[in-house]
Parts: sequence; structure tokens; C-alpha cells
Amino acid sequence: MTFLRKLRAWLLRVAGVFQGGRKGAFADEIESHLQLHIDDNIRLGMTRAQARREAILKLGNVESTKQSYREQSTLPLMDDLLQDLRFAFRQLRRSPGFTVTAALMLALGIGASVAIFAFVDAALLKPLPYRDPGRLVAVTERVKLFPRANLSYPDYLDWKKMNTVFSSFDMYTGGGYMLGTSSGAESVAGARVSDGFFRTLGIKPMLGRDFYVGEDMPGVAPTVMLTYGAWKVRFAGRPEIVGQTLNLSGVPTTVIGVLPADFQFAPRGSAEFYSPFQGKPGCDLNRGCHSLYGVARLKDGVSIENALAEMQSIAGLLEKQYPDTNRGQGATVEPLSEVIAGDYRAMLLTLLAGAGLLLVIACVNVSSLLLVRSERRRREIAVRGALGASRARLTRQFVTEGLLLVILSTALGLGLAFATMRWLLTLIPATMLLYVPYFQNLALNGHILLFAAGVGLVAVALFTVPPMLRSPLTAMREGLADGGRGSAGTLWRRFGANLVVLELAIAVVLLVGAGLLGKSLYRLLHVDVNFEVDHLATFQAMVPPALYPKDDQLVRVNREMIRRISALPGVKSVGLTSVLPVSCNCNTDWIRFVGKPYNGEHNEVNQRDVSPDFFDALHAKLLSGRLFTDRDDAGRPKVVIINKALARQYFPGEDPLGKKIGGVTLAPDSLKEIVGVVDDIHEGSLESPIWPAVYYPMYQDTDNSFAIVVRTSQSEGSILPELVRTIHSIDPGIGTAFESTMAQLIQDSTSAYLHRFAAWLVGGFAVLALVLGVVGLYGVIAYSVSQRTREIGVRMALGAQRGSVYRLIMRQAGWLTLAGISLGLICSVGAATLMRTLLFGTAAWDAGTLASVAIVLGASAMLASYIPARRAASVNPVEALRAE
Amino acid sequence: MGERADVWQGTLALMVLKTIEMMGPQHGYGIARRIEQTSGNLLSLNYGTLYPALLKLEQEGAIASEWGVSENNRKAKFYKLTRAGRKQLEKEARNWQQTTTILDRFLSPVEEES
Repeated sequence: MTFLRKLRAWLLRVAGVFQGGRKGAFADEIESHLQLHIDDNIRLGMTRAQARREAILKLGNVESTKQSYREQSTLPLMDDLLQDLRFAFRQLRRSPGFTVTAALMLALGIGASVAIFAFVDAALLKPLPYRDPGRLVAVTERVKLFPRANLSYPDYLDWKKMNTVFSSFDMYTGGGYMLGTSSGAESVAGARVSDGFFRTLGIKPMLGRDFYVGEDMPGVAPTVMLTYGAWKVRFAGRPEIVGQTLNLSGVPTTVIGVLPADFQFAPRGSAEFYSPFQGKPGCDLNRGCHSLYGVARLKDGVSIENALAEMQSIAGLLEKQYPDTNRGQGATVEPLSEVIAGDYRAMLLTLLAGAGLLLVIACVNVSSLLLVRSERRRREIAVRGALGASRARLTRQFVTEGLLLVILSTALGLGLAFATMRWLLTLIPATMLLYVPYFQNLALNGHILLFAAGVGLVAVALFTVPPMLRSPLTAMREGLADGGRGSAGTLWRRFGANLVVLELAIAVVLLVGAGLLGKSLYRLLHVDVNFEVDHLATFQAMVPPALYPKDDQLVRVNREMIRRISALPGVKSVGLTSVLPVSCNCNTDWIRFVGKPYNGEHNEVNQRDVSPDFFDALHAKLLSGRLFTDRDDAGRPKVVIINKALARQYFPGEDPLGKKIGGVTLAPDSLKEIVGVVDDIHEGSLESPIWPAVYYPMYQDTDNSFAIVVRTSQSEGSILPELVRTIHSIDPGIGTAFESTMAQLIQDSTSAYLHRFAAWLVGGFAVLALVLGVVGLYGVIAYSVSQRTREIGVRMALGAQRGSVYRLIMRQAGWLTLAGISLGLICSVGAATLMRTLLFGTAAWDAGTLASVAIVLGASAMLASYIPARRAASVNPVEALRAE
Repeated sequence: MGERADVWQGTLALMVLKTIEMMGPQHGYGIARRIEQTSGNLLSLNYGTLYPALLKLEQEGAIASEWGVSENNRKAKFYKLTRAGRKQLEKEARNWQQTTTILDRFLSPVEEES
């Protein structure tokens, strides 16, 4: 009861704050009180004047009564705050130029950093959407060339059986299916997983059941789990689909469940179907064939280091037991989050740092604007102090003004951040977005708002400290005496100038960062891939093994594809390859050379199966020997073409032609004769180095899934639909996907994207920083000129030439610029070293970039200070002296 | 007056409530007058101090106010007891009586001696 009463009273008082305390009503009441009292007194026989005096005396001190009445009717602290806010608002409105400039600059800084932070939060800070995600680890093998090398199935089974550190250990690998639909076969990305994969992650199907234990064994009836997206789009969200049978690559497969809508697994982002592993003879069950990724849950109390140590010792045991296949196969155990977003960490943190620096520049600019303002308001503050405002009260006024400005800018900045986030997301192509699912539902969440609030608080602190530093007593004396008359204020001289040096230094760092990233991007896109990229159309084809189980059937369909495509108008040549160039250093093989000593180490090389005209179609150079011909098929001796890198590494100073290579055991059926050496086609992604490579004739080493490259005489993009139609005219059961052009693939490759993203964003930040920094310098010089008008007037009256006035101002600007640029160059080499993982073919101390940045910034700075210098030089000494 | 000041705030509210209960709707001046009289002129208060107390009681919902006309035809603001105020008065009066009884026993413990 008492609480309710208090609450009621408090609410009424809050309301009172906004009603201005009902002063009038109380005055009326007091008046009526006096009248009543006077009436009584007169009745008692007093004269009118006496009666009035008595009544007033009895009432007591009216002013203090009014005061306590007022305090009772409102909340004094809040009342003051509101008053401060109203005053601050008026102050800001009175100088709209200042307010708009400051708010926009701050909003820009806050918007940029909040937007980038949203990405950082989604990728690096938010826990993965699995049960107890901190205990999930990625487990893979480790070889010299790959710290994350795939597991082979037999190795996985041994690791799973022998380890004592994981409460569960599962695996996944990629997969793809031809889904039989009424309109023909469609290729669908999928994943093959071990039976406990979803249980390890802690994901329960939304419909149907999970895989049962043992469902991933060979020979079990094939089943499939749908992702929510596949269920909605491909099966219209019909729940009856569970239990029905689909035709997947010609195999009847039962749908057993649907995954929940919020399920995401970035490493297999495009997968729509998850099926149990059910290893087939061939690669799946071969200890030397590595295609799996492990994911495990650590037992309670087991650290990653413990787990790694144990997996390494298990790998060591297997190495002794199976020396042929497991030589040099170590182990890697790392947090699952590392696999999912680790690749983006360097870029995201660089961008966040860039946005942060931009924010610092914005803050510094606003701060120096505020400083100038506080210099101009010295008189006002001094007067208020003299009238009895305490220091605390004046400070509160400053804090309120800073707070209001920051709140305004933060609100604006959040809007800007939201728009920026949306915009940045549209820059990521849909296919790439599948692999960063955590960006899909980017929104302004609690984390982000907290971050924005934190930034805002720091800004408020930054803005209110400098004006508070001045001692109010001396300021009051100086202020009342209008001390602003002479040169610029001391506080200004001490802080303002140094602030602009800091600003210019930051602008240099951002410009250098942008320059280096831009140069890296240029270098990356101009890597010599050793073939002609233009006029190449490409797409993927999948020939379902169920429809073409035999090698000679595959060869026949390959030849038919080439024949029909070659007949199309505008097609010059056609090539097939198991893996497209400029995609990855992957699909490797271990080779050994007949007649060369072998120490048991694996010679890991890229392995590609290609059709006879592949090198012709690419316009790749043959260095020696011959290319494949149509006759290099199963009926002829096995042959191989190697690249220049392999020849140089393994046959230094020898002619490799005629030499034989084979598998690790040199089994007779693995031996192939080297018939040609081709130039180093860039097989790996743009930024990876050239690896040794072997090319096998596709007709001797068949594939169910391969890429087709078509060299055209006309525009290569326009022929793509015709190509797909041609393939389907051979057999509608053959799947096609990823129709594109070689140039497009390279432009859109992940490494090009990451570099482009980083370069453009940091470039954007740098341009803004340059503008803000130069504006800041302009402000400093202009203010200093305005403060020194009298001094300049005196100098000119005493005979100083206009030229020497120019020099006076430009010298000051020059020193500041020089200090800023030098400091910035030193810092940027440090900063660039920190982000060197993002650089490609560019050193952190790249002299060209450093020099151009120094020149650009120096020139802009001089231009910015020329304007106020001109104004200073055109000062009319008579007027300058009279004005004061 | 000094030592009594602390007690003043709490007791004043009680006196105000009791006075309004006795007199019915009454204006500030009347209440002040009546308190002085009831105390047998032992209390001499600045009438002004009454008003913040009245405002507080009104904010807490114990009394309600309304402008009206006094018996000698003056405009005045009249205060009357609300139902919550009546309850509050009963409770606080009881508490106060209890307190004074206890204090009485401490201050004049004559009868307990036997």
C-alpha cells in the first residue's frame, strides 16, 4: 500500500516536471489564504493594514514556501536535467551549421563502425547455433601442404574408435545429386554425414527422425534429410514428404526428416540434402583417399591441447601400422568456429579497425569544433559562473550538450549503419552468401545497440572533458575581461593543433591501407594464369553413375558431348576437365617416379583428368612433347602430361619426357609415361602458389562430374543456354550447373571477392578520412587566422608584406601537415604489417603507395590551408585594428 | 522547536488528516487555524509550511482538492479526505497511539513497581 502511494506520488511529480510546477495555481491559493486570514483579523478588530501585516507574518517566508512547494510538486534533479536539455537544444539550434556538421561527421563514424561491427558480431562473436558450441571442434588430418587435410574413412573409423577425448566424433563431406523432377533432372548440392552428425551438433529434425546408429554403413537402404529451405522450395513445405521416396541420381531414396528452419552449417552452406555416408567401393573405403572432415564434441574437462595430443599420437600409431598410406599424416584439432569463420577474421578485423579510425577522426573533428565553440562561449560561461552557477552545474551543462549531440548522431548513425548493412549484403552474391549463413539475418540486435551505446559514451566523455579542463575561476576572470581578444586561447593552442596532427596521421594510415589493399587487388586480378581467360564459357556436368555405371559408357558420352558442342556455331574448341582452373589446389594425388630414390614421403601434386582438346581450348602453351589425342583411351598405354613446376621440382636439369610416374607403391597398373610438359596453368585460387600438377587423359581416367570449357569466337556468355540445351539433348538425366564464363568465375572467386570487399571498403573509409582530415586542418587554420586577425593587422601596419603573411600561415599549416604525415607513415607501416595476410604481392612498406599517399595528403592539406592564408593576407590592417 | 522538527513532518500529516476528518472539507487556512486551536495554542506554526504537506498528501491520494467558496464568500481551495486517506488516518492514528502508550510506560513506570 505504502509503495503504491509512493509510486503514485512519484509519478505525479514526474508529470509535474512537464507542467512547469503549477506555479499560478499555488499563487492563487496563497492569495486566497491571505484574504481569509485578513478577513478574520479584521473581524477581531484590526485595521486593514495591520490585518494584512499580521496575516503575511503568520504565513512565514512566502518565497521559501513557494520553493518547497515547487520542489514537492516536481523532481528537482529531473527538472534541472530537462532545463539543461532545453538549453542545450536551444544552443544547438542557434548554430545549425555547427550542429549539422558535427552530427553528420559523428553519424558517419558511428554508422560505419556499427555496420562493420554487425558483421564482426555475426561472424566472430555470436556463438554458433549449436548446443554448447564452445565444446565443438573440427578434427582433420594434417600434412605438410595442408594444415587441414581431409580424413580418409578408415582413418576416421580408427580415430573414432581409439580416442578417449571426444564424447562423440562424426564427419561430413560434400555431395551432389541429380534430383528427378517432372521437368527433368536438376542438380542439387548435398552433404554426406556420419549417423551421429546432427546429434553431435545438437540439432533435432523439425519433422521425421534423425539418422539411426549404423544408418551410415554401406549397404543400408538409402535415406535423406531435407533442409528447411529445400523442403519449402522444392516440396512446397508438404509434411507428407517425410516417408516418401525420391529419385536421387537414379537411386530411390526415402525422405526421413526435415531440418529446422534455423539450422545452418557454413562449410556445406549450399547443401540441400543431407544423407548418411554409406561408403561405396572405391575412394570412400580407401585409407589413402582423403575426403572427409571430422567434427567432434570434447568430453568435459578435456582441452583442445589434450585432444590434439591424443589425436597426434593415434595418427602416429596408424603411420607405423600403414606406412604406405599414412606416412606424414598428422592431426589437427581446432575450434569448429575457426573453420566456419576463421578465414574472414583478418579481413573483418581490418575493416573494423578502419571504421574505428574513421570514427576517431570524426570524434577529433567534432571535439575540436566543440573546443572552438567553448572558446567562443567563454564570456557566456564566465557570466553564468559569476551569477552563481557552481562548477558542477556548469559541467553538467557541458555534459548535457555533448550528450544531446551524441544521442542525435547515434540515432542518425544507427540508421546509416542499418542502410549500410543492407547495402553491403546486396554486394555479396547469393551463392557466396550460402557459405556465410551467419550474415543472412543481419539485424540491429542487442549486441550492436550495446556497441553503439558504448561508442556514444566514449564520444560523450571525449567531448565533455576538454571544456571542463579549463579552471572556472581564471576562465571567469579572463572571460569577463574578454580575454579572447589577443591570440587564440591557451587551451586551444595546447589541444587543437595536436588533435589535427593525430587526425592527419590517421588519414595517412587509412589511405596507405586502402592503397595497399587496392594494389593487392590489382596484382591479384592480374596474376598470370598462363591461359587466355577471355571467350571461355564454362559449366559443370554431372553424369549419374546409376545411369552410366561403366567407364566406356562415360567415355562414349564424353565424346558425344564434345562432338555436339563443337558443331555449334561460334564454338572453336571444347575441353573437359575434372576441376576447373583457378579454383583450388585440391584433388591431389601422391606420385612416385620410376628409377628415382623414394624416401616414403608423399609427393603431393594437383591431379586433373582432361579431354584431348582441353589445353587447346584454354590456349595453354605446350612446352615440350605432345598433347593428348582422341586415341589416348583405355585401349592404349597410360600417359600423363606434367606442368612446368613439376618438371622443375622433380626433374631439374633432366628431360622428363619418356620417364614414368606411378602411385605410392608403384603398382604396375598405376604406371604412366610422361608425354608432354605444359605451362603452369593456374589451378589454385588466385592467391595460392603454383603447385606441381599431373594431367591424365579423361578417357583413361573417367569422371562422373566434370567441368566443360568452351572457347568461342563470339561473346561467351550468350552461348551458355545453348550449351545446356545441347547436353540435355544427349540425355535429360545429365545434370548441369554453374553456367558462367571464365572471366566471371575469376572476378567472382572468393579470393577476388574478399580482396575487392576489403579494398573498396577501406578505400571508402580512406576517402572519408581524407576529407574529414583536410576539413579538420582547414578548420584549425581558419580558426587560428580568425583569432590572429588583430596580430596580422598589427604586423601589416608595421610593414609586413602580404607574402610574409602567407608564409606565416602556410608555415604553421606546413608543420602540422608534416608532423601528421610523418607520424602517419610510421604508423601505417606498422598497421600494414598487422594486416599483411590480406596483402597479395605487395609489401607492407610499399614505397610507391607510401609516397603517393604522402603527396596526395600533402597537396590536399596545402590546398585546404591556402584558403585561410589568402584570407589572412587580404586582411585590411585599418579595419582589423578598428574592429577590436 | 528544534528537536520537534523531525517528528514534525510525520505528525503534521496526521494532524492534517485528523483535522479534515473532524471538520469535513476545509481550506488550507482553516486547517492551519484549527490545528493551532486544537493544540491549545501550544503549536505555533508558519501557515505556509502547511501547503507542501497538503500537496504531498494529495499526491499520495490521501486527500483531494477542489476550488470552492468559503462561508464569507471568498474563493478558496478546499481539501477533503478520500477513502484511502481515511484508511491511512485510521492506521497511522493507531500506530501513533501504540507508540505513545509504550513511551508512556517508559516515562511513567510507577504502577509497575509492586
